[in-house]
Amino acid sequence: MSVLAAPVASSRRVDRLGVLIALVAILGAILPFALFRANRIVPGEGGGIAAALPPAEAALLGLALLCFLAAAVLRVPAAVKLAAGAALLALACLLVGRSAGFLTPPGNSFARVAPGSGFWTLSFAALLLAADALVRLRLPPLGRVAVLVLALALLGLLLWSGAWDGLSLLKEYGTRTERFWAEGRRHVALAFGSVAAACLLGLPLGLLCHRVGRLRAGVLSVLNILQTVPSIALFGLLIGPLAWVAANVPGARALGISGIGAAPAFVALVGYSLLPIVSNTVVGLAGVSRSVVEAARGMGMRRSQRLFRVELPLAAPVVLTGIRIVLVQNIGIATVAALIGGGGFGVFVFQGVGQTAMDLVLLGAAPTVLLAFTAAVLLDAAVEALSGSNRRKAER
Amino acid sequence: MIRVENLTKRYGDSPPVVDDLSMEVAAGEICAVVGTSGSGKTTLLRMINRLVEPSAGRVLIAGENTRGLRGHELRRRIGYVIQGHGLFPHWSVAQNIGTVPRLLGWKPAEIKARVDELLGLFGMEPAAFRDRRPAELSGGQQQRVGVARALAARPDLLLMDEPFGALDPVIRGRAQDELAAVQARLGTTIMLVTHDMEEAVRLGHRIAVMDGGRLLQCASPAEMMARPATPFVEALVGGAERPFRLLSLERVEAAVEAGEADGPPIDAEASLRDALSACLWSGRDALPVEREGRRIGRVTLAALRHRAAPGGAGRAA
Repeated sequence: MSVLAAPVASSRRVDRLGVLIALVAILGAILPFALFRANRIVPGEGGGIAAALPPAEAALLGLALLCFLAAAVLRVPAAVKLAAGAALLALACLLVGRSAGFLTPPGNSFARVAPGSGFWTLSFAALLLAADALVRLRLPPLGRVAVLVLALALLGLLLWSGAWDGLSLLKEYGTRTERFWAEGRRHVALAFGSVAAACLLGLPLGLLCHRVGRLRAGVLSVLNILQTVPSIALFGLLIGPLAWVAANVPGARALGISGIGAAPAFVALVGYSLLPIVSNTVVGLAGVSRSVVEAARGMGMRRSQRLFRVELPLAAPVVLTGIRIVLVQNIGIATVAALIGGGGFGVFVFQGVGQTAMDLVLLGAAPTVLLAFTAAVLLDAAVEALSGSNRRKAER
Repeated sequence: MIRVENLTKRYGDSPPVVDDLSMEVAAGEICAVVGTSGSGKTTLLRMINRLVEPSAGRVLIAGENTRGLRGHELRRRIGYVIQGHGLFPHWSVAQNIGTVPRLLGWKPAEIKARVDELLGLFGMEPAAFRDRRPAELSGGQQQRVGVARALAARPDLLLMDEPFGALDPVIRGRAQDELAAVQARLGTTIMLVTHDMEEAVRLGHRIAVMDGGRLLQCASPAEMMARPATPFVEALVGGAERPFRLLSLERVEAAVEAGEADGPPIDAEASLRDALSACLWSGRDALPVEREGRRIGRVTLAALRHRAAPGGAGRAA
C-alpha cells in the first residue's frame, strides 16, 4: 500500500498539462522576444529577453516567468493558475511595447520592431494556462461573458494607452487608421449580415424540411455539395451570374449588386451558412420528444402555438449551435472576400502577402481572430444558458 | 355524456383500424377501453378529441356533434393524458398545469389559484412544487402533474391513453387509487385506454373490450366476468384469475353479517380479495370486521366463496 502510495502522491502534486505548458513557456523564453528590422520589408534579427529589454525589465519578466512555471507545474487552485497566466500575459504585452523604444535607434522612423516568436510562444503558454484554469473554474455563462468583456477592456486599454505605439503592427495601423475601421465595418457587415440573411432563409427552410420528409434528403444534399465548393472558387463562380443580374435586372445596380465586390461575397457567404443552419434546425426539431409534441396537440395548441411555444424553444440550443458554427466560419471566410473586391480585413492580409510585409498581414488577421473568438464565446454562453435552463436545476 | 355512432377509421385500402363502432359512456363514469395492441383502442380515443379525424361516423359530447367545433377548440375542452406524461420540459410545473387555461385566456391570478388548487388536490405542496421543472420530479409526481394539467380547465371529459404505463407497479397502484378518488370527488367522465385488465377492473365502472377495430363487449366488470360475450373476452378477463378479480371489486362491508369471529379484525373498507387472503393465510373461517375501530360484525369464508362465483356478486357502481 505504502509502496503504491508514493508515486500516486507525487503525481498528484504535479499537473501534467501544466508541465507541458511550462515547457512551451521555457521555449518561449529562449526564442527571440522581439524582432528588429531596418525597414518594414527586410527580414529581421531577433533578440532574446535579455537583449530586447532594459536589464531591470528583463529581470522582472524573468521573475514573472519563474512564478508562472511554478503555478503551471504544481497542483494549485485554478484561480492561482488563472492569475499567473493573466499576469504573465499582461506583463509580456506591456514589455514587448517597451522593447520597441529600447531597440529603435532615436530618430529612426524606418526601423520596425515586431513581437518575436518568443513573445508569441510565451503569450500562447500564458493563454493556455489561463484558458485551462477558466474551464476548471466552471464559470456560469454570464461569468464567462464577464471575463471576455474584462479581457477586451484590458486589450482596449493597452492599445489606447499608447504602450504599443512603437510596435510595427501599430505603425502599420497608424498609416491606415481610416481604412482599417472602414474595412472592419465592411468585414462585420459581410459576416454578420450573411449569417442574418442565412437565418432568414435557413430557419424556414429547415422547418419545411422537418415537416415535409421527402424534401429533407434533397435539400440537405444540395446544401452539402454547396458547402464543399472551395470558397475562392465559389466567389469566382458567382461573378458571372451576378454581373448578368447587374446588367439585366433593373434596379439591381442601384442596390449595389455587381459581378465583383461585396455582392458575390455576400451571396457566397450566405450559401456556406445554409447547410449548418438548415441541418441544425432539422436535427433540433427532430430532437423534440414526440410525446411532448403530441401533448401540445392534445392540449389544443394550434400549429403556430406548438411551433413557437414548444418546438422552437426546445430546438433552440441546437439551432443556435448551428448559428454559432456559421458565424465563426463566416468571420474567417469573409477574409477571402477581399480577393474579389469585397473588402474586409482580408484587404490587409492580401496586401501584406503581396508586399511580404508580415505586419500588414497581422493587421488583417489579428482583428479577424479576435472577432471570431468573441463571437464564439458569446454564442457558446447563449447556447449553454438556453439548454442549461432545462437541465441545471435537475443536476443540483 | 359521450355517444359514439358508427365510428370508422380507415387508412388507404387496408382493413379499418376502427370498424363501425358505437358505444356510450354515461356522465360521471369511468369507462376503461381494453384491448391488445393494434386493437384500435388508441385510435378510438384520438378520434374523440379529433387528433385523428374519423373516416365515417360521428361523436356526440353532451349531445353536441364534435364536428361542429374546430379541432383545437374541441381539444381545449377535453382533458388529455398520454403515456409518459408528455410534460413540457422547458416549463415549470405551474406553467405546465396552466397550459390550457392560458390558451383559453384566463387571467393570471385565476390560473395561479387553479394551479395551486390542483397541486393541493394531488397532495403536492404548491409552494414546494410550483416552480420546479418536470425533470426535477419523480415519475409518480410527473404523472400527477400530467393529470392535473389535463384537469386544469375543468373539463367534463378526460381522455387517458395508458396514463400509468410508465410507472412501476407500486407507484402505479397508488396513482390508480388517487385517480379514482379525484374522479369520485370531481365527477369527471373518464375514458381510459389500457391493455391491463387488472387496471380496467380496478378503475372502470364499465369496461369496453376491443379487438381488430371492433367493440366486443361493453359492460360492468362484474357482468363481463360473469357473462363474457366471446371467448376472446373470456380469455382477457382471465379464466383462473376471475374469482379473485370478482372479489377485488367489492368491499368487505358488502359481505358483512352479524356474528363473532376470533383473531385480528379486517377493515370494512378493504376489498373482499384482501379478506379472502387474510382467511387463507391465518387459517380462519371468519374474520371480525371493524369500521373506524368499532366492531360491526364478521365476514365468513362461505360468504366469500359465494361472492367469488358468477351471479353471486353485484357491483354497486
